[in-house]
Amino acid sequence: MKAYLKLDHIDKSFARGNQVSEVLKDIRLTIDKGEFVSIIGHSGCGKSTLLNLIAGLTKVSAGAVLLEDKEVDSPGPERAVVFQNHSLLPWLTVYENINLAVSKVLGRSKSRAERHDWIMRNLDLVQMAHAKDKRPAEISGGMKQRVGIARALAMEPKILLLDEPFGALDALTRAHLQDAVMDIHSRLGSTTIMITHDVDEAVLLSDRIVMMTNGPAATIGEVLAVPLARPRRRIELSSDRTFLRCREAVLKFLYERHRFVEAAE
Amino acid sequence: MSIQTIEDTTVKVFPAKPAEVIAFTAKARRRIDPIVIAGKLASALVPPAIVIALMLVVWQIACSSPTASLPPPSQVWNEAYDLIAHPFFNNGPQDIGLAWRVLISLQRVAIGFGLAAVVGVALGALVGQSIWAMRGLDPVFQILRTVPPLAWLPLSLAAFRDSSPSAIFVIFITSIWPIIINTAVGVRNIPEDYRNVSRILRLNQFEFFVKIMVPAAAPYIFTGLRIGIGLSWLAIVAAEMLTGGVGIGFFIWDAWNSSRLPDIIVALAYIGVTGFCLDRLVAAVGAFVTRGTTAK
Repeated sequence: MKAYLKLDHIDKSFARGNQVSEVLKDIRLTIDKGEFVSIIGHSGCGKSTLLNLIAGLTKVSAGAVLLEDKEVDSPGPERAVVFQNHSLLPWLTVYENINLAVSKVLGRSKSRAERHDWIMRNLDLVQMAHAKDKRPAEISGGMKQRVGIARALAMEPKILLLDEPFGALDALTRAHLQDAVMDIHSRLGSTTIMITHDVDEAVLLSDRIVMMTNGPAATIGEVLAVPLARPRRRIELSSDRTFLRCREAVLKFLYERHRFVEAAE
Repeated sequence: MSIQTIEDTTVKVFPAKPAEVIAFTAKARRRIDPIVIAGKLASALVPPAIVIALMLVVWQIACSSPTASLPPPSQVWNEAYDLIAHPFFNNGPQDIGLAWRVLISLQRVAIGFGLAAVVGVALGALVGQSIWAMRGLDPVFQILRTVPPLAWLPLSLAAFRDSSPSAIFVIFITSIWPIIINTAVGVRNIPEDYRNVSRILRLNQFEFFVKIMVPAAAPYIFTGLRIGIGLSWLAIVAAEMLTGGVGIGFFIWDAWNSSRLPDIIVALAYIGVTGFCLDRLVAAVGAFVTRGTTAK
């Protein structure tokens, strides 16, 4: 089977003056269509850089990102990003924020009425249709993130990129949003890559967990398959043996074999 | 059993509470509102009224002696009464009410300032967006912006060979610098996230300018516009004194030449009030346009 998304021997280094700092080294990964993959690692290991490379917001130093066998090196709506701090435009309402994306990406293929239906369908998907005329400042952090997800989904992306989407949220809101993301993933089957530093979140949501070694020159240490049937329910899983085993494997990787040493910087 | 009774009572009490609270606040608000508004108005209007009254009294006393070089307020009121009471009279080409003169000056300001706003925002966007445009243009702007408005007048008279476009040019060149500089700062401060959103959506340059850059930099742009409108009102009065015509600036110069000091004092009051209104107008437009922009 051909890989849907392929990260082919990717290196990334940043040059500042004469100093070159190597951030990522020899990243190799293939992701199938419909797969949910989490990338986990200690802070500073370059996982956000990796997401930016896939999104095309940063250019690779060597190697290539291949989506359906075509190289991508610039950003585009087929790789929609949900940013950690939502980055909704504060002067637009929830509806207008999504409309900006929809009218740009689907403006040629859909009529005005179809676009309206499409925006409302995506707002319904994240249960935010009731707040369509609110501005970002008037809704809570969790709701903003929901709108951010709706905006990304509304672009009809081939791959959905989530950059620590729940990092800034409290634990309860985070759980609600994780359930929402699982629900959306099961309904749409969207190929998803999520950056996270939360072990439970990674195990709960992913088909595979990609564990990064520490930088500099970070690379993929291990890839763990999570053989849990879907739909997954967090309460049942909290005592499930497979869940606990996966969780333990990730924790061991992060805290035994690749302990984060701050002094190393 | 005991647990159940407790639950029952809490369930009964809970829904009754919010209804009461809402009714109470609504009543309380309606009762207090007019008093609050009157109180706020009084606290805003009474202190300046007292200060103005005191200033008038001091001025009256200071200028009452027959040897005083300036007229007291009573003399201003008597001699310039038709200027104060009838701002819109029109007795022929050179004998018109002060409101007409202010309007003529405002018209020049509108043209000069309008041009400065359009060109200033465009240049500011360029300087804020492109590092090379900034390196090339910023030193030039920093030098030119320190040139006093009237120093431009002889040059613009020579270039345009007419007083009216020269006055407009002086307004343009005076008010454009704060608009350029503030717009550039605003554009430079657009969060990287907004740029990333536009890159993912593949917005072209024009769409980025209209949909992201201008709204994101709007608070800065309006700061520049507000400084700019103040400067252009300063410049127009000075420029009209030299170029002539029927504006409020020339009226003052004309009054000085025919020794009508009370008229000058009335004209100063008109200029001050108009400048204040212009400033508040731009501030109000800015507050309306940028609502929601600065909130996170």
